[in-house]
Amino acid sequence: MARLVVTTRDGTAHEMQGTSGISVMENIRNGGFDELLALCGGCCSCATCHVYVDPAFSPLLPPIGEDEGDLLESSSHRSDRSRLSCQLTFSDALDGLAVTIAPED
Amino acid sequence: MASAPEPADVLIVGTGTAGAQAATSLRQLGFSGSVVLIGEEQDPPYERPPLSKDYLTGGKAFERILIRPPDFWRERGIDLRLGTRVAAVRPDEHQVVLADGMVLSYRHLVWAAGGRARRLACPGGDLAQVHVVRTRADVDRIQAQLPDAARIAIVGGGYVGLEAAASLVGRGKPVVLVEALPRLLSRVAGETLSRFFEAQHRARGVDMIFGRTVTAIDHDHGRLRGLRLDDGAFVPADLVIVGIGIAPEVGPLTEAGADGSDGVAVDGFCRTTLPDIWAVGDCALHANAFADGRSIRLESVQNASDMAVVAAKAIARRPEPYHSLPWFWSTQYDLKLQTVGLSSPGDQAIVRGDLAEGRFSIIHLRNGRVVALDCVNRPSDFVQGRGLIGCRPPDPDALARADVPLKTLAQAA
Repeated sequence: MARLVVTTRDGTAHEMQGTSGISVMENIRNGGFDELLALCGGCCSCATCHVYVDPAFSPLLPPIGEDEGDLLESSSHRSDRSRLSCQLTFSDALDGLAVTIAPED
Repeated sequence: MASAPEPADVLIVGTGTAGAQAATSLRQLGFSGSVVLIGEEQDPPYERPPLSKDYLTGGKAFERILIRPPDFWRERGIDLRLGTRVAAVRPDEHQVVLADGMVLSYRHLVWAAGGRARRLACPGGDLAQVHVVRTRADVDRIQAQLPDAARIAIVGGGYVGLEAAASLVGRGKPVVLVEALPRLLSRVAGETLSRFFEAQHRARGVDMIFGRTVTAIDHDHGRLRGLRLDDGAFVPADLVIVGIGIAPEVGPLTEAGADGSDGVAVDGFCRTTLPDIWAVGDCALHANAFADGRSIRLESVQNASDMAVVAAKAIARRPEPYHSLPWFWSTQYDLKLQTVGLSSPGDQAIVRGDLAEGRFSIIHLRNGRVVALDCVNRPSDFVQGRGLIGCRPPDPDALARADVPLKTLAQAA
């Protein structure tokens, strides 16, 4: 089982077991982290599942999609580590993936 | 008649997005009192939008549309009670009476009961093969019958009907959609967008009948034969999905004296006219700044979630009035519609982009101000157009130039 490390807005890092084959957003939600709203349920129609990804994992992730990039632009907290967690499929290859929940817009 | 010994500090009625968010927000705000979340459905809070999309197609299992994991509520000290219907509210006693006669006392009541899907009132409208799409149970019943259904009829050309059509036409079964008005989405969209979606659905094989109502649903010993329309036409079908809107679930409140018609009236903090009773989400009739201050109900995830936060903050004594820009989305086939703001009939509509390519936005202006954008497969317009809402662009024609980013126009306005 692969691990996922989720840092909440108070700066605390929480390690959880991830489920492969579903999105990082769904994993964070299943972990009970209520800071992630994910209002559209993962269809890339909003930007309420915004996370910062540890750059060490960037090479393992798919590039930012056009829609995802457009939606991230709506956040005043966008950085070069920003991703929409609904667009990242979790897998064993991402064992130890560290994400931080971005501030609320 | 048993009475709860201790009143709930907050009793929330309704386990949809609004009720779930109200409970979650209270805890996030550090509210330490007791929170009881009750709802009629048997399932813990889940997302409704996928019911007509990924859940109907079978693309997503139920567990994947849960708003929070099943243990979440207990872990947060939220007393979730399912299968519980409120029959009456007694505002003076601060009590609700449940359908089974049990009485619950509260200090604060948050009414988040949403709405009930309207059904066809015509003969046959209550047959077992005539469905609505509002709850998981509704969709599970549709799925159970789908393998045996040869022809599907959809009544209503709103979002639910269109999303259901898109989800089902791919299964190789004929789908016909009957709409009472002359065009699709007439309640929420202008003519251009309506005609675009009509053409898209027709191109994928959905048959459409406009300007007709259903007068009866015929059956033969319980087996559905089809729809009879008001011009005498007969539409063969053995499974019917009705998407003709919701009736807000506010009976117990209005019967207890709360103001409101077609909804329950709330102020800027989501307070009803009854003491210590809030209302949020689909059922809350509120003066909306993005509708020129008119009293409206908004049936959307955004409104449900944001109003829930407003009520929770008021209860937690950190009041902030509701002032959220409305936004919506709908997915049909490979078309992603994202709407921001509220348009009305009579607004000026500027098309930006290419309708034929299925990548365009419609920008709505009222008295020279941008009031809404409908964006089809143009999320950049959806994102950047937010900044334009309320603005008076000096050169409205520039809005039509698809190669000019809207953010540059927002800065100029």
